[in-house]
Amino acid sequence: MIYDIEYETMPREAMEAIQFRRLRSTLDRVCATVPFYRKKFQEAGITPGDIRSLEDLRKVPFTTKQDLRDNYPFGMFAVPMDNVVRIHASSGTTGQPTVVGYTARDVNTWAVLMARSLAAGGAGRGDIIHNAYGYGLFTGGLGVHYGAEKMGASVIPVSGGNTKRQIIIMKDFGPTIITATPSYTLHLAEVAEEMGVSFKDLKFRFGIFGAEPWSEKMREEIEKKLGLTAVDIYGLSEVIGPGVAIECYEAKKGLHIAEDHFIPEIIHPETGEVLPYGESGELVFTSITKEAFPVIRYRTRDITSINPEPCICGRTLVRMEKVSGRSDDMLIIRGVNVFPSQIESVLMEMEGVEPHYQLLVDREGNLDNLTVMVEVGEDIFSDRVKPLQELEKNISKNIKETIGVSAKVKLVEPKTIARSEGKAVRVIDNRKI
Amino acid sequence: MHVEQISVFLENKSGRLAMVTKILSEAGINIRALALADTSDFGVLRLIVDSNEKAREALKNSGFTVGKTNVVAVEVPDKPGGLCNILDILHKSHVNVEYMYAFVRQSGDNAVMIFRFDNTEAAIRLLEQNKLSIIDGSRLYSM
Repeated sequence: MIYDIEYETMPREAMEAIQFRRLRSTLDRVCATVPFYRKKFQEAGITPGDIRSLEDLRKVPFTTKQDLRDNYPFGMFAVPMDNVVRIHASSGTTGQPTVVGYTARDVNTWAVLMARSLAAGGAGRGDIIHNAYGYGLFTGGLGVHYGAEKMGASVIPVSGGNTKRQIIIMKDFGPTIITATPSYTLHLAEVAEEMGVSFKDLKFRFGIFGAEPWSEKMREEIEKKLGLTAVDIYGLSEVIGPGVAIECYEAKKGLHIAEDHFIPEIIHPETGEVLPYGESGELVFTSITKEAFPVIRYRTRDITSINPEPCICGRTLVRMEKVSGRSDDMLIIRGVNVFPSQIESVLMEMEGVEPHYQLLVDREGNLDNLTVMVEVGEDIFSDRVKPLQELEKNISKNIKETIGVSAKVKLVEPKTIARSEGKAVRVIDNRKI
Repeated sequence: MHVEQISVFLENKSGRLAMVTKILSEAGINIRALALADTSDFGVLRLIVDSNEKAREALKNSGFTVGKTNVVAVEVPDKPGGLCNILDILHKSHVNVEYMYAFVRQSGDNAVMIFRFDNTEAAIRLLEQNKLSIIDGSRLYSM
């Protein structure tokens, strides 16, 4: 079902006219209210008035995650705090998160986008949505929640974790839609099997999965194991949260971008040059309706391409291909964004620990496992085993507390971490995604 | 009255212990006693050798992390209750043994045990008060 026929099936020309109008007013507003953008425009020697077409957007400088950090916590907000009704945050390096705010209208926009997404993924009124995305600062849980209520579906705010109880709820409440990270979904399937519950006997028809990269092979596995149709959802808190782009269950071939709210561009990650449709590069978003936290040419670091061809579902919104990687070193582990530099700063804060480390990511069963290998120098070495084991435990605890990810710490001999051309190889990702 | 012990960090993978012994052998160092503590991931090799400095240097040059610790070598009567008596004295004075292992050679009729205490000085005082024979490093390395 198409939730928002007018916008989701709008002819290209009408869409571009709306985009341009909204873009201009957004640029006017950010230059008037956000010192960061005003300065950026001044430095580039342009004013919002110089942007006379959608193509002119490429004259505007990019915004990066570092810019958001530099303006921590509320420096990028374009409205007074009086008008901010919601604050979310994502984990960031050196413990400094990226903070995003929403006005009441933004919350509504987001709910509409999520309602569209749920509808594109097969949900409607009368459906019961088992929402296993985490509730809290992370945008996943509340994003789905508001969208579900907006469309009039019933939502079970089960959040992440407590897997056995989730299985019992699935059995007893009979949800028809599941929303979760793909890896947690497979974990749910495993636990259900152990409990003697077959997903085939449950009532699920559709699943809407995202917050981490997953492959077509994983889709097949989920669809087979859970007996449902699985679609991909994309979003990031800096842009609005989940609902920025959604796959339709009819085609399951690329994610329709909500172009009436966000202008997508694909750029060359090194030169910044805008690439044509079909070419693979870094995805960049400009929000054109957001009030509290507009982003202008925000570099997502996600690698994908855009396909403008018409879709069998009837939507005219362009489609982005499933995200195939990152243009930085960010890892997504069990749905949590992790930068190697975050692990490094945890290690550096511990006395005697040298910043010689390597991250090993594996997928055991369907769950990601992070192992942090730390070289043992003389400062932390002991002839006794206990202090070394305690050190492993403390590093692991600090990582969990700072980044929110469970990691196994393994002490290794000095110089065992491969150094290529003087530069250490920080990450070995053995996951087959 | 100390004995100097060196310790080496080893990853739990094949050939690491052999590598240590090879390096020591090539440096002409004789191992007098050793003990290996291991966990699922790593091991700590403790060694008493005839030349600590040479051994440390050789191992460090090969990239190993090497530590130095003071331990105590005690003559233990080679008869039932010999060790028990010593441990009893220590226990009553709240001196704890972190780990211990046996020395290769005997001293006369007595066995020689290497002790790592949580409080080395207190342990030495206690052992001396109780007339137990402690073997000094200089004597032990060449035993």
